[in-house]
Amino acid sequence: MSCISLMAEFSGLAYYAEVPVVIFDIQRIGPSTGLPTRTSQADLGFVYTLSHGDTKHLVLLPGTVEECYEFARDAFDHADRFQTPVFVLSDLDLGMNLWMTPEFKYPEKKFDRGKVLAKDDLEKLAGEWGRYRDVDGDGVTYRTLPGTDHPAAGYFTRGSGHDEMARYTEGADAYARNMDRLTRKLETARHELPAPVVDEKGSPIGLIAFGSTDAAVVEARQALDEKGKNVDYMRVRALPLSDEVARFVARHERVYVVEQNRDGQLFDLIRLALPAALVDRMRSIRHYNGQPIPAGAIIEPLMEQEAVPT
Amino acid sequence: MSATVNRVGLPRDAYKGAATTLCAGCGHNSITNHMIKALYELGVEPHMLAKMSGIGCSSKTPAYFVESAHGFNGVHGRMPALTTGAHLANRQLIMLGVSGDGDTASIGLGQFMHMIRRNVDCTYIIEDNGTYGLTKGQFSATADLGSVQKKGGVNTFQPIDPCAVALALGCSFVARSFSGDGKQVVPLIKAAIAHRGTAILDIISPCVTFNDHDGSTKSYSWVKDHEESIADVSFIPFFEEVHVDYEPGTVRDVRLHDGSHIVLKKLGEDHDPTDRRAAIQVIEEGRAEGHLVTGLLYVDTAMSDFATTEHIPEQPLKDLGEDELRLSRDDFAQFMSEFA
Ligand SMILES: Cc1ncc(C[n+]2csc(CCOP(=O)(O)OP(=O)(O)O)c2C)c(N)n1
Ligand code: SF4
Ligand SMILES: [Mg+2]
Repeated sequence: MSCISLMAEFSGLAYYAEVPVVIFDIQRIGPSTGLPTRTSQADLGFVYTLSHGDTKHLVLLPGTVEECYEFARDAFDHADRFQTPVFVLSDLDLGMNLWMTPEFKYPEKKFDRGKVLAKDDLEKLAGEWGRYRDVDGDGVTYRTLPGTDHPAAGYFTRGSGHDEMARYTEGADAYARNMDRLTRKLETARHELPAPVVDEKGSPIGLIAFGSTDAAVVEARQALDEKGKNVDYMRVRALPLSDEVARFVARHERVYVVEQNRDGQLFDLIRLALPAALVDRMRSIRHYNGQPIPAGAIIEPLMEQEAVPT
Repeated sequence: MSATVNRVGLPRDAYKGAATTLCAGCGHNSITNHMIKALYELGVEPHMLAKMSGIGCSSKTPAYFVESAHGFNGVHGRMPALTTGAHLANRQLIMLGVSGDGDTASIGLGQFMHMIRRNVDCTYIIEDNGTYGLTKGQFSATADLGSVQKKGGVNTFQPIDPCAVALALGCSFVARSFSGDGKQVVPLIKAAIAHRGTAILDIISPCVTFNDHDGSTKSYSWVKDHEESIADVSFIPFFEEVHVDYEPGTVRDVRLHDGSHIVLKKLGEDHDPTDRRAAIQVIEEGRAEGHLVTGLLYVDTAMSDFATTEHIPEQPLKDLGEDELRLSRDDFAQFMSEFA
C-alpha cells in the first residue's frame, strides 16, 4: 500500500546496512491510493525488491489468521538472525475481516537474536572483528549493539559503500564482494523460511497460491473434486522461493498459479525460478477487483483452460 | 610521562576520527574540531555515544570525530527517525545528530518538526551553509531571498529559519552560532548534550567551494560583519564546581537536568533565554536589521522528553530478558479470552 512506497528508501538502507526490521504490509488495492478499503495481493513483486539498486528482501506470506500470529513472532527471529528486513504480507481481507481461528498458542520458543557479540565475546576476540566480515561463510556477519562496554564495540555503519570493517569505500572489489555476500546471506535465509504447505494426491494438475487466496482454494478444490477434477495444491509461504516449488511443478503436467493481482506476480516469479523445461507447464489465474477472491473465480477459469486441448 | 586525560581517563586523541575528506576551509571541518573539544572536555564515554546523520557534506562529518563511537550515516533528511529509534532502544546513549540545511530544512523538514514536537532527547546540529554542498551548490531552503549563487543565480524564495521554526514549535533548546566562533560553539554543544530534550543548534558554516562569495549571507565575511551575539555563553559541567564571580545582575544562570549550568553574560541588551516570545522577537529584530543573532536563544528545562513521556524503561532493550519482554502465561490467557 501507499506507506510501503514511502518507505522504499529506508528498506534499501536496512538491506544494505543490514539492520533487522519487521514490516507488516496489509495489502490494499492500488495503484496509488487505489481502492483504499479493498483487498489485493499486488504488492508481492514490489515488496520483494523494494528500493532502488540490487535489493532483495525476505517476505513471509501467511495464509491464515493463525499464521499471521505465528509469522509475526518468527519474523523477528528471522530479522535478527539474518540482519535484514522481513516483510510480512497480509491483506485487507485477512487483516481486517472477522475470521474463525484456532486459539493462539503461548509462544514457547526462545528469542533468537542471532550473531550478537557482547563484551565478553569481544574480549575473547581481543577486539578483532569486523562488522561485515563473513567469518562463518554463510553470509551472515557479527554485530554489536550500541552501548556495549568495550573499546572495539563501536562501528560506523552507512547506506553508502563499505568494506568488511564498515569503512567507507567506493572500491570496485569491496563493493562486489559485499553484494555477493548479501546474495549468500539471502540464500542461507531461504532454507530457513517457512516451507510451502503441500496437499497432493497424485493428480496431473497442480495449483499454487499464497496468502488469503487459501480459503477460496480450499472451497474450489472441494467443488472440483465433486466434478471429478482432482487438483493438487501447494501454498507458498515465503520469498525467496523454496526449491520445493520446482519439484512440485516437475511432478505435474499443468500448474495453475492463483493470485489476487492483475499481472500474475507470483506466476512470473515462479517462472523465473524454474528450469526452462518446466516453464511451459505454468498457467495463470488472476483475480483483481478489490473483492476477496471467491471459489468461482478459480473453478471457472481452471475448467475453461482444462477444456482447451494442449 | 602520561598524556593529559579527561575525567574518564581518555586523551584528546581518543576523540578524533578518520581524516576529513571535505574541502580545506569548509566550515564543517571547524565544527568537527569544536565537537572533538566539547566531547573530550565533557568526558563522554565513546561507547555511549551514537553519532547519527543524514546525507550531505555535513552528514559525512560524524566519521571525522570519536572513531570508536557508534555511528549511522543514514538517508537524506531522515536522521531524526533513526535517532528516535536508537534512543528508544537505549535511553542511556548520548544521541548526537548532525545534519545540513538541505537535510533539515528541505527534504527533512517534517522529520525535524516531529522530533521537536516529541522532544526526543538528542543534540541536533545543523551545519548550515545555505546550499547543497555535496550536490554542487544548489540553493537550500535556508538560503536568503536575493542570495546570489557563485555562477550568478539569484535565490527567489523566502528562507526557512530553522531556529524560528523550532521556537514556533516550542522546542526545548534553541541556539544559533557560527562555525568560526569556537568560543561560543563549544559551550553550546556541551549545553545541548547536557540538556534533556531536543536541542537544536543551528551553526552557520560557510561552504568555501559554492557559497562563500560576496552576495552570500552564509559567507565568512558576511557573518563576521553581521554576527551579533546576545550573550557570552559559558558552560559548567555537573562535575565541576560553579564559581560565578560576575557583578550581580550581569549574568543569568540556567541549571540543566544533570546539574550542569549554562552561564550567560549580558552583552548590551539583556535577553532572557527562558522567554520564548522574547526569543522570537530577537530573531525577528535581527532579521529586520540584517544581523545574524547568535547565542542561546531559548531553553526550557521543565518540558518532559519523549522517552519519559512514553514511559520507556531506563534499562536498554538489549539488556531486557525474555521474562521482561514476554507476556506471562496468565496475561496471555486473559488477552486471548477477550477474543473468545
Ligand atoms: C532522497 C534524496 N534526494 C536527493 C539526494 C541528493 N542529495 C545528496 S546531499 C543533498 C543536499 C545536501 O545538502 P545539505 O544537507 O545542506 O548538506 P551540505 O552538503 O550542504 O553540508 C542532496 C539533495 C539524496 N541523497 N537523497
Ligand atoms: S562542497 Fe562546500 S560544504 Fe561540501 S565540503 Fe566543500 S566546502 Fe564543505
Ligand atoms: Mg548545506
